[in-house]
Amino acid sequence: MLRRTLMTTAAAAGIALSLGGGAMAAGPMDNVKACFVYVGPIGDGGWTYQHHQGALDVKEAFGDKVEIQWQESVPEGADAERVLTQMALGGCNIIFTTSFGYMDATNAVAAKFPNVMFEHATGFKRDSANVSTYNARFYEGRAIEGLIAGRMTKSNKIGYIGSFPIPEVVMGINSYFHHARQVNPDVELTVVWAYTWFDPAKEADAAKAMIEQGVDVIASHTDSTAPLAEAAKSNGAVIGFGQASDMAEYKPSPRVTSIIDNWGPYYVKRVGALLEGTYEQVDAWEGIAGGEVLIGEITDAVPADVKAEAEAMRDAIAAGTYHPFTGPINKQDGSPWLAEGETAPDGDLLGMGFYIEGITGDIPQ
Amino acid sequence: MLRLEKRPNPSRFWLYATPILAVFLTMVAGGLLFAMLGKNPIAVIKTIFWDPLFGEFAFYLRGQLLVKAGPLILIAIGLSLGFRAGIWNIGAEGQYIMGAICGAGVGLAFYPTESRLIFPAMILAGALGGCAWAMIPAILKTRFNTNEILVSLMLVYVADTILAKASTGFLRNPEGAGFPGSRSFSVSSFPAASNPELIAGTGLHWGGVFALAMGVAAYILLQRHILGFQIKLAGQAPRAARFHGVKPERLILLCMGLSGALAGLAGMFEVTGPAGKISIDFNVGYGFTAIIVAFLGRLNPLGIVLAGFIMALTYVGGEMAATNLGLPSAAIQVFQGMLLFFLLGVDVLTNFRIRAAIPGVS
Repeated sequence: MLRRTLMTTAAAAGIALSLGGGAMAAGPMDNVKACFVYVGPIGDGGWTYQHHQGALDVKEAFGDKVEIQWQESVPEGADAERVLTQMALGGCNIIFTTSFGYMDATNAVAAKFPNVMFEHATGFKRDSANVSTYNARFYEGRAIEGLIAGRMTKSNKIGYIGSFPIPEVVMGINSYFHHARQVNPDVELTVVWAYTWFDPAKEADAAKAMIEQGVDVIASHTDSTAPLAEAAKSNGAVIGFGQASDMAEYKPSPRVTSIIDNWGPYYVKRVGALLEGTYEQVDAWEGIAGGEVLIGEITDAVPADVKAEAEAMRDAIAAGTYHPFTGPINKQDGSPWLAEGETAPDGDLLGMGFYIEGITGDIPQ
Repeated sequence: MLRLEKRPNPSRFWLYATPILAVFLTMVAGGLLFAMLGKNPIAVIKTIFWDPLFGEFAFYLRGQLLVKAGPLILIAIGLSLGFRAGIWNIGAEGQYIMGAICGAGVGLAFYPTESRLIFPAMILAGALGGCAWAMIPAILKTRFNTNEILVSLMLVYVADTILAKASTGFLRNPEGAGFPGSRSFSVSSFPAASNPELIAGTGLHWGGVFALAMGVAAYILLQRHILGFQIKLAGQAPRAARFHGVKPERLILLCMGLSGALAGLAGMFEVTGPAGKISIDFNVGYGFTAIIVAFLGRLNPLGIVLAGFIMALTYVGGEMAATNLGLPSAAIQVFQGMLLFFLLGVDVLTNFRIRAAIPGVS
């Protein structure tokens, strides 16, 4: 066993040495090759599409100084490790891995290529100094969706299509429900787990099932437009939200607003820092204030007073005067989580494995 | 006009020439596709077929070929036995997932015990898991005459859901802060259950060893063993097989069970080796690609070993082409699909002769 370990380590060292030469010193660089690994096709219209827009922003910001390369539809797992190694061998200076599932592959490859910078989206592992992580505070956007949902629902039944029961999604569900309840004490939430990030057929089924149960506002944590397409069949009775990208083709209804992932500013900042020689390892988690989360246009399908209320909340979050998780908030079982006026610490959010009071049903275990 | 004339016996020459012709035609048609996408077709083909073997980074990529080919070969060999007997197991992907879950589950049950017995027990569990999953369509077929193609395929989606459940629920890493995925099987975190590279830089892990060994074993089975004879007979002449005393039910259970076990093994080696843990997106379609590999290899075990490497080449080289030349990933998938298309297309030459038809003479 020990022998096997030693030999693998030797192989790793071999690759690191063969690279050698240290293209990446601490100082400024004339040119940077920035590479992006995508989990879906660029044409998904959601998650990957938005990351690619960020990549194009980098190209536009720095022109000839930056070369961008990308690869679509890279499976999370063993294949990711190979793609990352190929990119690092191929001379990429900074590699953005844009899905949670690339976490182990990113850290494994980063350990072998200390001179290449790695940026992992939505992860939490930074095993070596050249791995940074970044994420966006999507729960801030969920707060605004929740407020609109609470005000707009006629049946008092709102729904949420969950992708996977992970903290990121549970956080969104809690924020959505909390803000709906605040403006409408009678509101009830239905959660359907799709167990996918992108599967139009499954997402449509989930939306259909909820609509049949009388749900008339649907938020989704999956990436396709299928839930909006289902809602569109209701002749205006059911509304929803754009997810990851604006999904403007469903304006003004059923899409009444949207959460837009805007990675451009972060990508430009990081590649810029590399060019200037000011690059440092970070754990970035920006939201509406930092411009990473954009709230799409609130359409006229929403009454003017609700729209004004939603925009006021957006501005308060941007100004830092309002935190979507401000106490008093109890956990589902009634035990206290946040006291009056207390705001949620980031650690609680990043490991969130519980529903807040008022949500029925359990998080699948 | 051209006319097809049935050969009295399948041509031995074309039996072996068609895969080569199919690869060649794929290169031509793929080249056209790449040219239409505005890329230099020669450069793309070279990146896919040449660079992983002899290019600048071949020292790394050659090993990756084996990593990729191993599971394909292992699954394809199992499938080919059934295919030869006319038993169509299309659900190897599901059996692969179940093998991984069962193998990983047994290993994780012993965490963090260190014992030499754990890994063999996991291998056994992986094979049994895949086998059991394949037994569902097999028993349904023998008992109720259901269609094994449909049932085995549908069970892939069931396995997918169980995988999601495993990675977010019953196999989730209790120290993973609520994130999906099991504990890691890397050498550093759980050595007894790990399946690392055996010889540095070669990409060879136990899965590769099993794949190559199974290739040889299947070859001997088909050439020298009565069971191999029965499999071939059942595929070529089902009625004659019955007269010969072949029990179709037994053959179905055997072929499905064997292919399921091999697919399960592939999943188990993958999860403990290259993949490193159970995760939601653990499976990447090896079970389906292995169908292409089985046919590309002429359902012959040694051919399958070769075909597995060619398929791995299109993956590894295709990735390079996608990254370095900016090719959309869908173009690479089309390219791989063409391979099966042309193979099945030119297969007609094995059984038929092309003749110029003279008008008036039939």
